[in-house]
Amino acid sequence: MKLSEVRDILDAEIIVGEDCLDLEVHTAFGADLMSDVLAFAKAGSLLLTGLTNTQVIRTANVLDIAAIILVRGKKPSSETIALASELKIPILTTKYILFETAGRLYMKGIVGCLSKVENTSGRT
Amino acid sequence: MGEPKPNLYSESFHIEGGNFNSAGIVSTSIKSILKKLGIPGDIVRKAAIVSYEAEINVVSYAKKAVVNLTVGPGVVRIEVIDEGQGIPNIDLAMQEGYSTADQRIREMGFGAGMGLCNIKNYSDDFHIESEVGKGTHLKMTIQTP
Repeated sequence: MKLSEVRDILDAEIIVGEDCLDLEVHTAFGADLMSDVLAFAKAGSLLLTGLTNTQVIRTANVLDIAAIILVRGKKPSSETIALASELKIPILTTKYILFETAGRLYMKGIVGCLSKVENTSGRT
Repeated sequence: MGEPKPNLYSESFHIEGGNFNSAGIVSTSIKSILKKLGIPGDIVRKAAIVSYEAEINVVSYAKKAVVNLTVGPGVVRIEVIDEGQGIPNIDLAMQEGYSTADQRIREMGFGAGMGLCNIKNYSDDFHIESEVGKGTHLKMTIQTP
């Protein structure tokens, strides 16, 4: 689905990346722990998170994340916005909580970038 | 006997401990350098992840560090040599979930005891040495096709 459809489903506001609405996304990962994002998220996925500092942008950049969806109505700092603009990583913000955000996207066909980890220590 | 093949690229970077806003600058540079060298995307991502987690560790626990990036035939090497408090028990530090992180590190989305595990898991070869009161030396090797 296109990023513009993600925006509509989540009634989201685009903070960075008005010019990226045609971007195609199929998978997502949600977490507030960036080490988990680094361990599990895949390139080209959406990142759903409630964390708003610059490390979210650095993490997204390292992984080639397609776009960041800030949940629970979070607004990024001006440093975060500046870095996302520089690295060309779209940021959307939605008032839905993480669970609702994930559920609404899943209902419309977005799936997890993995569905289960392979063992109980949390490793793929 | 052939001559040893020269490195295709090498560069050193500096990281300042305690500067939380700067964490990630070096890995962002490493990523764009490797991309420009035509290294495949999945290898670039691994190198960026290991250098990023190492940067987070340096800003969190060390005074300063040097990062040496070397790209040779079939291999990307990243070495992180810090001056800092060092790690008293490496086996414990390597255990997933073990952490000595403070609130500042946790607020960044780190400090859950996964950094060194992530570094090890994304490296094809990983070495760690540390001396308490002196610092920590990480060597990561990622193979390229």
